[in-house]
Amino acid sequence: MKSAARIAREVQSGETTATAELEASFAAISRRNGELNVFLHVDQEGARDQAAHIDARVARGEPVGALAGVPIAIKDNLCQIGVPTTCSSKILEGWRPPYNATVIDRLALAGAVCVGKTNLDEFAMGSSTENSAFGPTRNPLDPSRVPGGSSGGSAAAVAADMTPIALGSDTGGSIRQPAALCGIVGVKPTYGLVSRYGLIAFASSLDQVGPLAKTVLDSALLLEAIAGHDPRDSTSLPEPSPSLVAHVEDGVAGLRVALVHELVEGADPEVLEAVERATAALADAGATVVQLSIPEIRLALSAYYLIAPAEASSNLARFDGVRYGLRVDAKNVTAMMEATRTAGFGAEVKRRIMLGTYALSAGYYDAYYGQALKVRTHMIDAFARAYREADLLIGATTPSVAFAFGEKTTNPMAMYLSDVFTIPTNLAGEAAVSVPFGTGEGGLPIGVQLLGPGRSEARLLAAARVLEIADGRP
Amino acid sequence: MSLPHGWEMVVGLEVHTELQTATKMFCGCANAFGAVPNTSVCPVCLGLPGALPVLNERAIDLAMAIGMALHSTISPSTFHRKNYFYPDMPKDFQISQYDLPINAGGYLDLPDSTRVTIERAHLEEDTGKSTHLGGSGRIHGADRSLVDYNRSGVPLVEIVSGPDIRSSTQARLYASELRAILVATGASDGRMEEGSMRIDANVSVRHADEPFGTRCEIKNLNSLRSLQRAIDYEALRQVELLEGGGRVRQETRHWDENLGATSTMRTKEEAEDYRYFREPDLVDLAPDIAWQDRVRAGLPPMPAERRATLSARLVGANDAQLDALEVVIDLGLDPFVHHAIDAGVDPGLALARGANELAAGLEDIARLNRDAFSATLLMEQRGELSSTQAKTVLGELLAHGGEPGTVAAAKGFEQLSADTLGTTVAELLAQFPSEWERYRDGDEKLAQFFIGQVMRITNGQANGKAVVAELRARR
Repeated sequence: MKSAARIAREVQSGETTATAELEASFAAISRRNGELNVFLHVDQEGARDQAAHIDARVARGEPVGALAGVPIAIKDNLCQIGVPTTCSSKILEGWRPPYNATVIDRLALAGAVCVGKTNLDEFAMGSSTENSAFGPTRNPLDPSRVPGGSSGGSAAAVAADMTPIALGSDTGGSIRQPAALCGIVGVKPTYGLVSRYGLIAFASSLDQVGPLAKTVLDSALLLEAIAGHDPRDSTSLPEPSPSLVAHVEDGVAGLRVALVHELVEGADPEVLEAVERATAALADAGATVVQLSIPEIRLALSAYYLIAPAEASSNLARFDGVRYGLRVDAKNVTAMMEATRTAGFGAEVKRRIMLGTYALSAGYYDAYYGQALKVRTHMIDAFARAYREADLLIGATTPSVAFAFGEKTTNPMAMYLSDVFTIPTNLAGEAAVSVPFGTGEGGLPIGVQLLGPGRSEARLLAAARVLEIADGRP
Repeated sequence: MSLPHGWEMVVGLEVHTELQTATKMFCGCANAFGAVPNTSVCPVCLGLPGALPVLNERAIDLAMAIGMALHSTISPSTFHRKNYFYPDMPKDFQISQYDLPINAGGYLDLPDSTRVTIERAHLEEDTGKSTHLGGSGRIHGADRSLVDYNRSGVPLVEIVSGPDIRSSTQARLYASELRAILVATGASDGRMEEGSMRIDANVSVRHADEPFGTRCEIKNLNSLRSLQRAIDYEALRQVELLEGGGRVRQETRHWDENLGATSTMRTKEEAEDYRYFREPDLVDLAPDIAWQDRVRAGLPPMPAERRATLSARLVGANDAQLDALEVVIDLGLDPFVHHAIDAGVDPGLALARGANELAAGLEDIARLNRDAFSATLLMEQRGELSSTQAKTVLGELLAHGGEPGTVAAAKGFEQLSADTLGTTVAELLAQFPSEWERYRDGDEKLAQFFIGQVMRITNGQANGKAVVAELRARR
């Protein structure tokens, strides 16, 4: 499939039309969606209208945006007017938002065409899409394996050439982990860089919307289009969208890159080996390489599994059957709420609501949630110290290549551990990229993770581009 | 009411006041009382998935103004989520302030010169409003419930007093003084009957100088009368319980206005665990000094100061006038009264017209300017208008605006010429010779009779004093 950059260029020049590219996308979806379960909803009518609108503008010689005519897949936890939005949960089945997420508005402004909504772990809680109420998504590279999660559908859409780019959300690795498992690029932006307005919250202090794409350049294009201050999100950074595309080819000469021990600790040997080769490739491109240890990273998983469920327990309280979504009738309002939530939420969501409720309870708050907040502060300090010695950190995105269905579903801890390398960035509110680098068992892709301080996206994408070239994708 | 000998009540009040902002606390929806249900709503105040709150700066202005009027310290503060399930609360949590309120500490001096400490005055959002139909009429046991989310997200300030109040009268005085302060700052319209000010009362009893007893909280008192009655009932209930050898259980109680009694809503054991934690969708609130100074500069004089200023102009006021003064201060009408006195109106007349005619027309007060008020009263004082006519002119000015002279002319309130009045009086004296005889013999009461007759004949256009002057001239 053509890259987003190429489609936009060709639509702008008249070589192709948004409609033709959209139909190609629809064709790819109909070829493989039955097998892979990538899209929960394809918005044929809306997308065709949008594509026709772009084509009409081009025909009239009016300006079109940087993503003109580019088909894009949207994770189904982002609100789009009139388009079913489920979070892969029965509790929201059939709900159609009356408003757009800010990122959806910005995509429209950039000329992108939203093709449909992709599968995810219910409310973005999971690492395999096996927690979707509407069945798991299969990894396009090996349908016996998971695509990762929670943005598994969005990653699979790109990996299966259904769309060149997709939007995901990353709370503890939900963009980077599936990107790694599907062999594509995924960016977790700095907290506040991209508006969360219209992203159905899992853990508000950790959630970020970000791009999934085949190439680093496409990731930069997409991130540039959606980033920048939004007055509707109080936690949005005050600056306008950063210049990213212009810096993709900046290289890494003169940058200090640190290979972090705790970001490869426990990874499969083939993953460790890929990270080491990637580090060497950055050195070859002119970076200075050092080794670092950040022991606080070992505490990240525990802190995350208190903070994220605590926020989730509150964020998901509103799904009570009173105003929208599922309602299971019962003898009074309390019983109705209980019955609705019992029937509407899946096991993992319930587990996290209970964990979070417990962590915030009187008498337990200090020992659990309060302690986790302290760990988070330590994490932020530890990264700040690391960034005095290095401009970028490097490690693995996930401990292994894509795993098989059912492999980790019986043991939640094993599943949680697949995010052990990605979670620290979310706790620190900083930026990270996963970029494919080499393959492992069964020829499946390995993701290498680059981490940077807040607002370092341009630097991270330039380094990712160096790895992309070194891995044979010039 | 007083408690049996040796007992003392200890009361602290939590007053919730809706702020008079144009829009809600976290969205752009109109903050409007009485609109058609569920018309002033949007994704944010309906708590739709993905919607996020953005703080209304005007609400912060008003919260700070309240704090400044109560001598609080304006402090860097944070927002927390108070988590509990309730159908009229769209997110099933309320955004409130917890350990770091915007206004910390402070005090309020009552007109009886008692100082009540203020513990805090913090910002929070209001919930929607439930109506339970059929069955029991309460949430559990109603046939069905309707929810109006127009009120959801309306900004509130909760003002928590220390346990410094010692009687229900004092509690009423506190609530009334606080209401006057809230009206003065522009934060609230002070209308308890519309729910824009609601009070919870914490009541305990003890023998004087003993440590505080166990308290009960009475929820949602919606008038000063309910407040006073509920506190009296509750304190007496506790005394009777203790004297009978019982113990007071810490609990939340409901006041039934019709029964005139409180009853258990929930005990301490049943109390919700609200699982407060920092609201991650909002950033910290720390108004800088420039912002605080801007608010401080806009603060008008507070009721205590205004009461002192006005009463200094009413030397020797009687009880009725003191009551009128309270009305005028409470409703913020004293600038009219001062303006009229400055223009030469008798202070007693200015106060009476302020406490009666202006108070009755409070909703329309924006149509009346102070010059028009003073001019009307001066016309009355000069005898150009009778008092009935002056009241009518004020009513007309409040209802439609305009100039007093024009309004009086349009109503046909032009004074009768002295000739016409003289002729009218002469005719009357001929018509009622025995009454005239008695008046001439010194029965002054009959002046009223003749005034009444003149008014009847002239359709109220005569001036009473002028009639008396005519009568005296002929005696």
